[in-house]
Order: sequence, then C-alpha cells, then structure tokens
Amino acid sequence: MRAKTLGYSPADLRGFREVQRLSYECAESVAARLQPGVTEREAARMQREWLRERGVRDWFHLPFAWFGDRTAFTGFKIPLQFFPTDRALEPGMAFVLDMAPIHQGFTSDIGYSGCLGPNPVHERLMSDLRAHRELILREVRERRPLREIYEDVDRLMARQGYANRHRAYPFGVIAHKVDRVSDRRWSPTVFGFGTNALRGLAKDALHGHREGWSPLWSPYRFSHHPPEPGLWAVEPHLGFRGTGAKFEEILVVTDSRDPEESAFWLDDDLPHVRRWQEQEEAQTA
Amino acid sequence: MKAHDGTTGGTTDPHPGPGPGPGPGTEADTGPGTEAETGTGPDSGARPPAPWADGRERWVRTGGIELCVVELGDPELPTVVLVHGYPDSKEVWSRVAARLKDRFHVVVYDVRGCGRSSAPKPLRGGFTLEKLTDDFLAVADAVSPDRPVHLVGHDWGSVQGWEFATVKRTEGRIASFTTMSGPSLDHFGHWIRRRLSRPTPRGAAQLLGQTARSWYVYALHTPVLPELLWKGPLGSSWPGVLERVEKVGGARSAAAAPEEAGYPPPSLPADAAHGAWLYRDNVRARLRRPRTDCYAHAPVQLITPTGDLFLSPRLYDELELWAPQLTRRTLPARHWVPRTRPDQLTDWIAEFATAAESRSPARAPAPARRYADRLSGRLVLVTGAGSGIGRATAFSFAEAGARVIAVDRDAEGAGRTADLARLIGAPAAWSETVDVSDEQAMEKLAVKVAEEYGVVDVLVNNAGIGVSGPFLDTSAADWKRTLDVNLWGVLHGCRLFGRQMAARGQGGHIVNLASAAAFQPSRELPAYATSKAAVLMLSECLRAELAEQEIGVSAICPGFVHTNITATTRFTGADEQEQRRRQRRASRLYGLRNYPPEKVADAVLRAVVRNQAVVPVTPEARGARLLSRFAPHALRALARARPRL
Repeated sequence: MRAKTLGYSPADLRGFREVQRLSYECAESVAARLQPGVTEREAARMQREWLRERGVRDWFHLPFAWFGDRTAFTGFKIPLQFFPTDRALEPGMAFVLDMAPIHQGFTSDIGYSGCLGPNPVHERLMSDLRAHRELILREVRERRPLREIYEDVDRLMARQGYANRHRAYPFGVIAHKVDRVSDRRWSPTVFGFGTNALRGLAKDALHGHREGWSPLWSPYRFSHHPPEPGLWAVEPHLGFRGTGAKFEEILVVTDSRDPEESAFWLDDDLPHVRRWQEQEEAQTA
Repeated sequence: MKAHDGTTGGTTDPHPGPGPGPGPGTEADTGPGTEAETGTGPDSGARPPAPWADGRERWVRTGGIELCVVELGDPELPTVVLVHGYPDSKEVWSRVAARLKDRFHVVVYDVRGCGRSSAPKPLRGGFTLEKLTDDFLAVADAVSPDRPVHLVGHDWGSVQGWEFATVKRTEGRIASFTTMSGPSLDHFGHWIRRRLSRPTPRGAAQLLGQTARSWYVYALHTPVLPELLWKGPLGSSWPGVLERVEKVGGARSAAAAPEEAGYPPPSLPADAAHGAWLYRDNVRARLRRPRTDCYAHAPVQLITPTGDLFLSPRLYDELELWAPQLTRRTLPARHWVPRTRPDQLTDWIAEFATAAESRSPARAPAPARRYADRLSGRLVLVTGAGSGIGRATAFSFAEAGARVIAVDRDAEGAGRTADLARLIGAPAAWSETVDVSDEQAMEKLAVKVAEEYGVVDVLVNNAGIGVSGPFLDTSAADWKRTLDVNLWGVLHGCRLFGRQMAARGQGGHIVNLASAAAFQPSRELPAYATSKAAVLMLSECLRAELAEQEIGVSAICPGFVHTNITATTRFTGADEQEQRRRQRRASRLYGLRNYPPEKVADAVLRAVVRNQAVVPVTPEARGARLLSRFAPHALRALARARPRL
C-alpha cells in the first residue's frame, strides 16, 4: 500500500509549477495571436507547436480549442465532439484553450478562457468563477466528501444562474488526478490522450478501487470519499446561454492536519487570479 | 431632388369636403414652392373634427386635388407620416397618432378620394401609384421640407408606401418605412411569377391560398356594383362587420378617450366607393408588368399580423431580396392592427424611427434569436424567476429581446436573474421581491407594474413548491401552504394581470406552469398533484373565457426537470433528518434524469408564439398525457407504485 502522505518533494512541486506556468504562457501567447477567421484546428496546432518548440514531447491530452457556443459544449452528445473543428473565430466570440503538456516528467493541465473583443457575458462568467475557486479550496480543507463538494459547486452554479458544463466531460468530472510521468522515447496518444499518462491514471484507479477512492472527481458514488492526497487538476466549467468559461489548475492535497497545509493551489500567480485581484483593486480604489 | 408636378399651397378653408375644391386657380396665388401655412391659423378658428381636436389641420394642394392633412406634436421633432388603407381614412390612425405625438411630429392625411380630401375627376386613371406618389411628396414637402420623413403605411397605405420607398424620385425623402398588411404590387407580381414559372407543390399551395384570400380584389374589379354596395347596405353595416369579424373594438360604441371617436367616419361609403379605383387603376397593370427596379432605398420594418384574413404571411418570404435592411416583426392579430394593437405598433414604430434617426443600424434581431420578431420589446412578468424553470424562462424571453420583470420571494435570486437578463439582450429588466401567495403583496405588485412598467404582455405564473408524502400524513397546514402557493399564486396572477390585459383590450398571453402530476395520479403526491390539476383546469377555463379578448392561455406540464424544487420539497410525515435525506436523494435522481429547465423555457416561448393550450414537455410527461387519454387504467396502476427514496 502507498503511503498516504503527499509523496512529492518541494523540488517536484516546483517542477509541476514550472510546467503549469509554461502552459499558461503558451495559452496567453496563442490567445494574443488569435484573430477573426482562425479556426479551432489552427488554434490547437498553434498551442501544440509552441509547446513542442519548448521541449514538450508527451501529453496528458493534446491541446483543445473551443470557440463560440462550443465553449459551453452546446449540443455535445459524444466525446468526439470535443476535438477541434473548423469553427472560425469571430469578433466578440468567447474561446477556451485547454492543454495538458508533460515536460520533464511533470504533468500540467490548464484551461484558459478568453474572448475576442468585448463580451459582457464572458466577463461576468469569469468574475463569477472566483467564488468556485474559493469554495472548492475551503471545502477540500474541511475534508468533505468529494461528491458533496461537487454538489455544492453545482448548487453555487445554479444560484448564480449558470449551467454546470464540466458535466459534459468524460464521467462528468470536475477534477482528476495528475501525476509524474516517466520520460519515454515513444509516447503515442489514443483519442487525444497520452498513453503514458493514461497508464498512470489507470494505476491510480486500480489502487483507488481497492482502497475506496477514485482519481476521478465525479458526481457519482465512487467519488464519495474525502479528498485523496495528491495533485488534482480542478476544472469547474460554467455555461450560460451558449457561452462557457472555465479555469483549470492544480490543487495540491496533503494529509496534513493543518488546514492551510492540507490543501492549497499549486500557484496563485495565474491569469484568472491576477484578473480577480485587479478587479478587486479597481473596486477598492 | 424632387420631381413632382404638384405644387403645395395652403388655404384655410375648413370644409372643402370631397368634390370640387377651390380649384387649381388658387395655386397661382401661393406659387410653386411656397411653404404652406397651417389651417389652424387665427383666422380659421375651426378646430379639426373628432379625433384630431388637439391637432393642426392644413390643406395641401397637388395636381388639382385638395389633401386634408393633420399635424400633431412638435414640428421640431422627427416627422412620422401615417398613410391609411382601404376602406379607411386618416381616422384609422387616431390611436397610434395619439400615442406617438409626444415623441414625434405626427402627420396623417386623407388619401385622394377619401375622408375630407377631394377626389380626382374623372376617377378612372386618377388613382395610379404615380399620382399617389405626387400626393405624398407634396405632403412631405409641406410638413417637413428639410428633413426626410418616417413613413408608416397600413393596407393600401403600405402598398403606396412601397411605391414611395422604391421609386427614384423619393430618394432622400424617406428616412424609414414601416409596412403592415400591404405588400408592394411589384413584389407581389414577382412572387406570383416565381411560383408560376417554377411550380412546386408548396409554391402552388401558397399561390392558391393567397388567390382565395384575394376574393375582394376580384370583386372590386366589377364595374358599378361595389359602389352601389358601399353606398347601400355594406356601408351601413360596415362598423358591425369590423367589430364582429375583425374585433375592431369600439367601432360603434362611443368610447371615452377623444382619439377613440370618429372611426369609421361618416364619409366611409364615399371613401370606399372612390377607393375601388385604387385597385382598378393599379392591380392589373402592376401584376402583369411588375417593375424590376423595386428595391427599397430606406430601412424597412415589416409588421406581419399572423391572423390576417386577406394577406398570407408567405407573401413576404423573399422580401430580403428587395429590402436589404429589413427588420421583421410579427403580431398575433387580424388585419386592422392600427385599431386593435396601437400600443405594440407605437413601440415598434418609435423604436425603428429612433434607430433610423440615430443612423445606427436598427437593432436587427440576429437570426439565432428565435421569436425575436414576435417578442422584441414586449413586457414579460415571470413569477418564481429566482431559480429553475422561472429563471430559464426569463432568460429565454430576454434573449428574444423582451423586457423582463423577475418576481421571486428570494430577492437575491430575482435580482441576479434581472441582472443577467440585461446582459443577454433584454432592453430592460427589473426584479421584484414578492411572495405570490400573499394577496396584498400581489395587488401592490400589480399596481406598481402597471404604473411603472406598463401593461404586461406575457404573464408566466411559474412559482410553485413541492410537497410529497401520503395523504394521511399531510397536515392541514401542509395543504394550506401547497394550495396557497401553487394554486392561489396562479389565481392572484391571472386575476390581477389578466384583468389589466383584458382592460387594455390589445391581447396578451398567460402561461401557467402546471405539471405532469396534473394528469398522472400518484400516492406520493396528493397535495402537489391536486394543486397542479387545479391549475390545469383553471388554465383551460380561462382560455375559453379570454379567447374573445384575444388573450391566450397555456398550461405547461414539464415532468421531471432538474431544478432546485427537489431540494426544497417538503416530505410530509418525515422527521428533519429523513426530510434532508429524501431531498438529497430526490435531487440526485432528478440530477441523473438531467432534463434542463432551458428546454421547458423553450416550450413556454413556443406555447406563447403558437398559442398552445396544454403542453407536456418531457417525454415522460407526454407519455403520461397520452396514457391519461387512452389508457387511464395504466396510469392508475402506476399511481400505486411507491418510489423508494
């Protein structure tokens, strides 16, 4: 049986943080180059090439890009619809870039939402995501069962007037575990997901099944357990009348008794967090 | 800029009447191009009759015809010219003009041969569209010499309007054109040609439909007979016909407001007899050889009454070809909308003219926004709008461009709904904190809404609570609470807002949220199902009663929808802990079913637009409705089942 401690050294956490930063840098760089007429396929390729140039060879999943009402997964029935299409970006359209590169064995999984020109609905969604980031951290520190936290997030979304769109992800997950992945020379992907990372996830699922937890944080019974120590890529996804917005970043969960230590966001210097801080400063000023 | 052969001039003769006026001889006195002075000068003394008591009457002379023109409102404001149809005179616009005059310089005139304007001599050949265009230009030059005018036409006024808006010589004189119930004869000619030259089953059906609707056009081509009929029995019975067939209320009764009087005017038989020449002079000529350059040079707003007995809505299917800047509006009403729906027309005319005035492209309904043509600018009140189906409904109406009043017990929820509604397209949205079961609070709300926002066009009685548990465990207090909210809440809404709608007399719609439990009995839901069955029957009765006021009533029966009703449902006969457990369990089950409230909201909008009576929404609700009609035994057997929560 694995030890229930975190199992990551500060150097490991630094590695995860660095690759998460790299991913957000990529997202910001690609987002800055988006212009009317760019298609989802092109945006996905831009992310892939940017990261490849910086040494990324393996993926948890290949980069995704969703434009317009596809940011809210409107009409999604089968998982193949997540893959980039020839939908072209138009002024005022919201977009989401979602990528999960593995760099030097460290996995990251991020989601970046933006819009091309002003889009008041999108602005509002982004501001309202803040409450979810705070709620999730608070309740994880309280060690509430993950399924109940999921339901609380759901309720908060309903109160805000939004639809839960992470429900559309495989297994309806709001988060999933990520881990170190050993460097291999051959790292194929299956349906967009890297086999090495999937192997890690499957291993976790097997362990979890024996020990009564799951690496997938879902609304189902198998998620009815307190937060499992490890790294969770958390991705609450709001949808409102054909516009969607999400963030995705890594939450570190440990089994420390100190609430502050028991769970914390891997990095607080991220675009969406900075945006909220700026808003707050503007309000107080 | 203008090339018309008529000259304008003014006289102060208050009673030239139809027939020989002062004659062309007086034209020399004023000379071409002289500005006309109004007929309400100090020496005239006479005030215009009946509905125009606060207007200024003047006479415009063109091509030997005296046109009776009335102006209302400040001449500095943008000018709106209202052109009447057949068989009518400018009095048909009295209601709309009275509502527009504070915001615009409103001008109405009697078309030649109608009302107090004089008729050409001879009549044959005197009513061609070219001559009507001369008349319009003369009036426009007299009332607004420097600025283009906003043109509004109904029926033949709109047929003329299309001519004005598509010929070269009026370019620059028309700022916008609002058309209702009157297609361009040229467009109509092309419409027929297309269907004859490339026949398809659908095209043939459309052609036959319009052919049948146009019976009166053929009748009017008969010589002499129409004139005799109008001057005889038809003329005297016309007000009654209008009231019975077209629901043009107040046609005979003397109404209180001044703008209500004088319609139809006493000159009707003569107007109608002269007007027959509109058809004889133009229809055959234009339909046989439609102009090919009939493109509109001004932004066009098309208002289509869906219940028009004379014109098929299909006539306008290809209108974008001819009018590139087209805004479509539809209206559930019959032909005489200036009489029956003045409020709605006023809103749309004012909005369109203002948009054209500011030279910003009119807020065109994006194609994705369904029902925007129908619901744009309407006032919608939704109860229980703080969450679930009510909130989703408010959002759907907001997306269609309606103004929304979100009512809920939960102030924060209602406020948030109003807030987001504004973000997604509602021109205005407000929130009100009211408990629908509180009679006094509802009365206060009705007064406040009428004073501050106006008469509600669509009322959605959505607020409701869930109660579950066996009958024998349901206390009197539980019953009272259930009926207070689920039934009395709806009753108060229908009573208070239904009365306002009926009093206004311009139609409207009431939507009551019943439930699939209204026809699916269940041992677990005696109180809830009883209250919802009452709502269903209430809606059916109300629908029958309000049909003659043209107020539609719909009952929506959603079924299992993923909202927070399960989290607040009261389970009778269970202690606190059990209560919470069952709420959680029910919420999870509904969550697994995951039928989104947005789909119910779509059903609500569809019910309003199509005026449906009872709408089961989810498949299980539709199945239960079917079974309740054909196999009630099966439902009774199902009712005995005891769901394990």
